Amino acid sequence: MHETYNYKVVRQFSIMTVVWGIVGMLVGVIIASQLAWPALNFDVPWLTFSRLRPLHTNAVIFAFGGSALFATSYYIVQRTSHAKLFAPALASFTFWGWQLVIVLAAITLPMGFSTAKEYAELEWPIDILIAVVWVSYAIVFFGTIVKRKVKHIYVANWFLGSFILTVAVLHIGNSAALPVSLLGMKSYSAYAGVQDAMVQWWYGHNAVGFFLTAGFLGMMYYFMPKAAGRPIYSYRLSVVHFWALAFTYIWAGPHHLLYTALPDWTQSLGMIMSLILLAPSWGGMINGIMTLSGAWDKLRTDPILKFLVVAISFYGMSTFEGPMMAIKTVNALSHYTDWTIGHVHAGALGWVAMISIGSMYFLIPRLFGKTRMYSVRLIELHFWISTLGVVLYIASMWVSGVMQGLMWRATNSDGTLTYSFIESVAAMHPFYVTRTIGGLIFLSGMFLMAYNVWKTVRADDASPVDAIIPEPAIDTSPVDAIIPEPAQ
Amino acid sequence: MDNIEFHGYWTLALLILFIAIVIWAWSSKRKKEFDELANLPLDEEKFANQVEGKTSGEKDDA
Repeated sequence: MHETYNYKVVRQFSIMTVVWGIVGMLVGVIIASQLAWPALNFDVPWLTFSRLRPLHTNAVIFAFGGSALFATSYYIVQRTSHAKLFAPALASFTFWGWQLVIVLAAITLPMGFSTAKEYAELEWPIDILIAVVWVSYAIVFFGTIVKRKVKHIYVANWFLGSFILTVAVLHIGNSAALPVSLLGMKSYSAYAGVQDAMVQWWYGHNAVGFFLTAGFLGMMYYFMPKAAGRPIYSYRLSVVHFWALAFTYIWAGPHHLLYTALPDWTQSLGMIMSLILLAPSWGGMINGIMTLSGAWDKLRTDPILKFLVVAISFYGMSTFEGPMMAIKTVNALSHYTDWTIGHVHAGALGWVAMISIGSMYFLIPRLFGKTRMYSVRLIELHFWISTLGVVLYIASMWVSGVMQGLMWRATNSDGTLTYSFIESVAAMHPFYVTRTIGGLIFLSGMFLMAYNVWKTVRADDASPVDAIIPEPAIDTSPVDAIIPEPAQ
Repeated sequence: MDNIEFHGYWTLALLILFIAIVIWAWSSKRKKEFDELANLPLDEEKFANQVEGKTSGEKDDA
């Protein structure tokens, strides 16, 4: 009897990746439409931008991105450790617990329960549930690493392990709060004033660094070589990439608080460390893309590789843009404008979503006993639709953001402001419409994906299959043990 | 040593540690080993035969 991998929880999270992707991006399209046509909130409190915006960010980052990370990390850690998942009941709990967190978020955020901490809006009872699920996740992941049958821990697992560990520390640290009452949802942060802001952006930026970067780099370091059929371009570069990110990311948070009450030296430190981050980020990007060197022709025929390579290119682009925006003088123009929104979506749609979509197209057929998706042509179509959507989105936000920044800082010769705020709002309108169209195009690609996944897993010859764990070849030749001899 | 001084030395120690990691990773001795390890996701059968702490005659009964 051959032992198999535990793919059940991987299948569950993979399917939910597609479902939550559609839900999260749909909410995104709704709030983008509200910015273009404010009447679309219908004067219903639950549908206002202020309540749906955190629902959108939580759904795409933690429900869509989170499910993709759970699925791929459980798959990668098993396949590269040659070991079945540790504590399968706990792994199952992480799935149902995480779905419960998402449902609770979808209920409480529109009701107006919010800590008002960006990307950490959920109130304290849900925060406790997240912490329990996340610690369980860490036990399952690191338990599997401990019981591995392969001596070396493959680099993807280092990225995934650091993502799990760091997010646990960040979430528990930033969510420290005092509830007003044990039966109520309201709580106050354990930190006050500028310290609260610094803790929040220590959390916020490292959520970008370890959730949205390290986690998805783990995906890149496994699925890029698998899809290309070639080993990663430079393994030692991947080792240095990992440690450079681990050593520098944690310092970059203050760039979210330039020109605030944060001490000047902390702002400058955040800016310098953000600039240094360019080096490891680009090292990693080159490592991912150069994996295809010598096999560029595969890019012409394989849309999964197109997704992965374009995702890595967007990773390179947004990790160039980020450090530039962290420079104080650039930030003076870009901060509080749509440029930031464009930058975030270059990372979120271009990098995170596209690497997840590419990985899912590779992974899902293998979880259901198939070698490829129902329709490769639909993947190709999805790729071009997604690319068009991202480009429309970020280009409109760049133009809108730079225009806003320039209008806000323009002064007349007597020192008065050239434009009133409402004039800049009116000028943004066409770009908000364009952004909505870009988002709608990206979302429509997700429906194609859902159809393709449905046809793949519901095909007559498809059924859930758990792959067999490779075992060492048995050497059956008789061996006579050596009799121990006394030392001379 | 006050707190600020301690953090200064601590940061320096981490910088030295990082440089040591880079030198370790880039040393020519690691090259061959790393080139093999890069195949870990691709050549699963080969790595199944490099089980830690076991000879090829023993079989894991799990």
